[in-house]
Parts: sequence; C-alpha cells; structure tokens
Amino acid sequence: MAEKKQTVMAASGDQMVAEAFRQANPDVLPVYPITPQTIIVEEFDKFVADGKVHTEFVPVESEHSAMAAAIGASAAGARTVTATASQGLAYMWEELYVAAGMRLPIVMANANRALSAPINIHGDHSDIMGCRDTGWIMLFAENAQEAYDDTLISFRVAEHPDVMLPVATTLDGFITSHALDRAELMDDETVAEFVGQYKPAHSLLDTEDPVSYGMFANLGNFYMETKLGQRKAMENSFKVLREAGAEWEKLSGRPFEFVKTYGMEDAERVIVVMGSSIGNARAVARELRANGEKVGVVGLRVFRPFPAYDLVAALKGAKAIAIMDRCETIGGQGGPLWSETVAAMATAGVSIPTRNYIYGLGGADVTLEILYQIYEDLKELPAAAEKGDVIGVTYVGARTSAKDSQSNLVANSQTAAHKG
Amino acid sequence: MAWDIEGNEKWTYEEIPLGAMTLEGGTGTKHLTGDWRVKRPVWDSEKCIHCLQCWMYCPDNSCKAKDEKMDGIDYEHCKGCGVCAQVCPVNALTMHVEKDIRAKGDEKELHEHAEKVLKEEEGK
Amino acid sequence: MPNLTEIRWHARAGQGAVTASRLVAETAMDDGQYFQSMPEFGAERQGAPLRAFTRISSDPIEIHNNILNPDIVIVLDETLLPTIDVCEGMKEDGILLINTRMTPEEVREVSVEVPAGVQVRTVDASNIAVETIGRDIPNTPIAGALAKVTNVINVDSLKKYVKNSFAEKFPEKVVEGNIASIDRAYEEVH
Repeated sequence: MAEKKQTVMAASGDQMVAEAFRQANPDVLPVYPITPQTIIVEEFDKFVADGKVHTEFVPVESEHSAMAAAIGASAAGARTVTATASQGLAYMWEELYVAAGMRLPIVMANANRALSAPINIHGDHSDIMGCRDTGWIMLFAENAQEAYDDTLISFRVAEHPDVMLPVATTLDGFITSHALDRAELMDDETVAEFVGQYKPAHSLLDTEDPVSYGMFANLGNFYMETKLGQRKAMENSFKVLREAGAEWEKLSGRPFEFVKTYGMEDAERVIVVMGSSIGNARAVARELRANGEKVGVVGLRVFRPFPAYDLVAALKGAKAIAIMDRCETIGGQGGPLWSETVAAMATAGVSIPTRNYIYGLGGADVTLEILYQIYEDLKELPAAAEKGDVIGVTYVGARTSAKDSQSNLVANSQTAAHKG
Repeated sequence: MAWDIEGNEKWTYEEIPLGAMTLEGGTGTKHLTGDWRVKRPVWDSEKCIHCLQCWMYCPDNSCKAKDEKMDGIDYEHCKGCGVCAQVCPVNALTMHVEKDIRAKGDEKELHEHAEKVLKEEEGK
Repeated sequence: MPNLTEIRWHARAGQGAVTASRLVAETAMDDGQYFQSMPEFGAERQGAPLRAFTRISSDPIEIHNNILNPDIVIVLDETLLPTIDVCEGMKEDGILLINTRMTPEEVREVSVEVPAGVQVRTVDASNIAVETIGRDIPNTPIAGALAKVTNVINVDSLKKYVKNSFAEKFPEKVVEGNIASIDRAYEEVH
C-alpha cells in the first residue's frame, strides 16, 4: 500500500460527501437536486464532467425516479449512490422499502431538513426520521468530517455479504451541509483499497445467470420470512459496522463509535442527542464540569441498527437524562430517540428518570443557553419522578404564553397520562 | 439452487434467495394459468393472414409464432383475456365459452397437450 | 474556548461576503487554526442584506450555532448602517470594521450608535478595490484591514493564500491587484 496521506480541507459537509462519493467511484448516480443536498450534486457533476469518476450520472425528473433508477441500477449489479433531503426523501418513501426489501446496497446521503408545512429549508430530523422503519441503516454525522467518514464506511457495510442493506448517511442541513468546516481528506488510493470493489452475487443484466427481482410473495408464501431476513441482516450490520469502523480508525486516526460519550465516567445529569448539536452539548458540559458539576453527553452516530447495548452501558450510572429530539411525533409519547432510549433502558432493567425535549425544528438555533437550561432542569428531575410528577414533552426554543412554562421559550406538553 | 415453485411455501428465512430474488430465468412457463380461462380464443388458420398482431399484443406470450407465421395458441398459459380476438383484423381469432368447448370433449386433447408442455420444460 | 474569535459579516448579496468569510477561514487554516464559516441562508437575491459568520480558534470547534455575541463585526456596505443594528449582541470590547470613506469618529457622530467600549475601525475598501483590482469588490482589501486591526489572521499568510489560490483561477494581473489591495488596506485602515 502506498503511504497514506491526509489533506486538510476547508469544505462543507456536502463537499466532503461528494469527495467520498468520488473516491468510492460509483457506477451509477441517479439524483434530483434539492436544498440543502444540492452541493453534493453540483460537486459530483463537476467530477463527472472533469473525468475524475467514471460514473453514469443520471439527472432524473424527481426523487421518486431517482430512487427507482437507483433500485434498477443496484439490481443490475452497479455500485449505486444517490442523495436527497426533505420533501425529496418523503417522495422516495415507498421505494425506500423496496430498496431494503430487495436487499440492494444503495448508499444515499441525506441533508436532514424540515418537512412542509410551513415550508422551511433548514435543518432538522423530520425527514430522515420518516424512514426509520424502512429497513435502511442510518448514520448521523456531527460535522463535515464525520459525514465523509460515514459515507466511506457505508459502502463497506452496505455491500458486505452478511448485510446487503441500503445505508442512509445523514448530515444536518445547512449547519453541516453548507458551513465551511475543517476536514481531512484521505488519499484516493487508500480509500479505494478500504472501500474495495463491489462484487454482486447476481446481476439483473447477466444473461448467463438470469434472475428476477421484485417477485410476488403472497399470503402464507414467504413475506414474513423475507422481513425476518432483513432484521437478521440489520443485526449482522452491528459487527460489520464495528469492524469497518475500526479499520477506518487505523487508517485515519479517527474513531468510529456507535455512541460517543463525554464525561460519562461520573456524570449524573446527561443529555442524549444526535447530529450537529452533540458538540454544543459537549461545549456546555465542558464548562459545567470545569465548575465541578457532574454532567455528561451521549451522542449517537448510529441510529439504525439502534445501538441499545452501547447506549444503556453509557447511561446506566446517570441519575437524570434529557433526551433531545430534533423532530416531532405529534400525538406520540415522545420523539423517536426518546422512545428508543426509554425502551432500551426498560429492556435492560435500568430505571432512570428521563425528560424528552423537542428542539431546533426548522433549523431553530440551538443556543448554548438552551443546553444550560436543560442541565438545570435535570437537577429537579429525580425528585419530581420520585413524587410521581408527569412531565411530558418539553419544547425548547419555542415562544409560548402558557402559564406553566418556565420561560417564554419553553412549553411543556402533557402527552403522557394526560387526564384531559 | 434450482427454483422449485412448488416448494417455496416451506422455505425458512435462511433458504429464501437474498431479496426474494428468483434465481432462474423464464420461470413463468412453470406457472400454468390456462385453467383461469373463462373464454377460449379459437384460431382459424384459413382466415389468418399472419400479420402477427395477436402475437405482439398477447400479454402472456400465448400466441405462438413460427418462421414469422402464426402457429396456434398455447392453451396452458392463455388466460382468455381476448385481446388477440380484439386486434385480429380478419376475425381469424374468435372467443368461445371455455366450458362449452370442454363439454364437447376437447378436454382430453387439452390434457395431453399440457403433459407434453411440462415434459418439454423438464427436458430443458 | 478562550482563544475563540467570532466574526459576523454584514453585506448585501453579491458583494462577496461569503467569499470573504471563506478567505479568512482558509487563511486561518493555512496557519494551522481551526475554523467555521457559514453564511446565513434565506431568500437569496442580489442586493438583499445578508449575514455570514466566521469562527477561528486554535482548538477544534465543536459548537454549531449562530454567533450571537461576536468579537468582530465587519460591514461591507455602509448603506446598511441606517437600517441594520450592526452592533447587536457585540462583545463590550469588540471591534467594528466598516468599509466606508468616513473616519471612525464620523461613523460614531453621524451614522451609528456604537457602545463606548467598541473600537470602530474604517477603511475605504471599495475605493482601494477599484484602484487596485479595477472593480468594486471590497472583500479582499477588507481581509487585509482585518489582519491589521486584529491578530486573528496574519497578513503574510493572507497574501500567500491569495497568491496561491487565486493563481489557479485568475491571470497574474488580477492576483497582483488583489495582493496590492491587501497591502493598501493594511496601511490605510483608520
């Protein structure tokens, strides 16, 4: 292997994803541009025009067509990538299940963005959380560097014979997709060797070995068994993710952890969060810890498969936990990260009081004050839980005139055990 | 793995090809759909001008062609949709009630033909 | 992060504020610093007031939020002064750098209410740009002025960066014009 060389770049998250795509040299990239994913498409199109990749770039007329073309290309045995965001991802929705059910190792970048209405182009997790049950592996990058690393690791996981599932690598819209950040780019040769060649077991276009995709599995046939196969593959992906992540760490010097922890050796009050806000929580925790406060942060990088074991292992010493969701599940008990975390703890027999915070919707600024406030709230939580007080979902950073609000930017919504 | 349509309802999740793929070409021929038919197309070779419109339109490849000429109907797979009779410009194809034809004793001929087709398939 | 410097840019769309914030960030990168540079995205149309943000630090930057209390505010277009509170949220001892013909005293007297502790610095970057580059693109000279009034970027590093990165895209005359604009703004900033 040639000596590996990393170049420091001033690049946006989208640019780093485009670089990762270039280095993985996909066979086909069908795509439809949508803010804030657009830079990925623009940059990649330049790579194609400059002859830096040998990719069939297919500018389609909609995201529905983009995913349809990706499914066809992947079934034909091509290494296939695409990228989208927001309404575009929503428009792909029915086909996300097809890609996963047909076990096609498509890698898709999503620049996480709010969903209409009202129309909003900024970053939150409303779009990507809509595909959490589709059978795709889902990774959440904290910054441009992780967006790059995640994208490269995705190829290894998606195309592994024990997995064969599509992967969504996600980065927060504008905050990560568009902001210029410092990131290291690995040399092309090292990446090519790490990512490897995709060798499909079958190809739809191979006339010597004819196969059909998308067959009919009716009542009592083998539909349930196929779904069980997907679940088993998702379970297998834990090991493959860990191994590919460890190998990438050896090359790059950057760890790939399902769950990133800060201060968890002794933290009593903990924030659980994903994506670009992890660093904000860490910065606040660092300040508070300097004053001797026992606070910590747990940031998830992997959401599907849900890393329940790692998460509970990190949390079990805590006394009060704030779980922050950057999307809504209106009518549900709480956001998806909260639900999963609480279920993971209950399954492991760990009982720690939690509060669910909804934050940063439509790109609302995640100020450090919000995070100081949450750590402050957590001081009261164990006593409130002891008394049996029900604290529902808490909106932070939203204006309210409600009398029960702690400030004019915080509103509680009694979703749990509401007596009406 | 040879693809046996008869056995697939017994497959465990480990046995199902990845993504429920069919690992063999042209397996549709193994699925005999001729008994779905309510109406049967009957071909009159005297009237036929071999324009092959029926061959082009048939959704189940059941209008057979040989040496660029119409060569009868595959009753093992014809579902009796009637599109061939619709497109035929000279009324060489006409639709008749299946059970009436069977009542006239053509059933035996039909059965023999089915066995012949299946044998040919197995021989491949 | 005590050595973190936060800069807010005020300009009109099309004046090169995004390029300027990138210029400052990449110069800092060449000096081994960490940085973030993010325009505020909204309705993108020529002439609309816009803001951009730059963070420079010797340590990795982990926060991802808007800059509410900037150390430095840079105004690329003085016509924004009557309509926009450019001093909003500024640090008490912050620096306000404006592209204008006015002196700092004139700015305080006629144009904006500036908190007492805030240092006002001015440079006629537009005029310098016209005379050196041949067009009113004040972003390169304003970066030169920034290097003079703070130590957040180094003027030699800035010139080196401009020389190397502009040479890929522009003829030598343009590169030299830009370097000259940095030197003049560095000297002429009030």
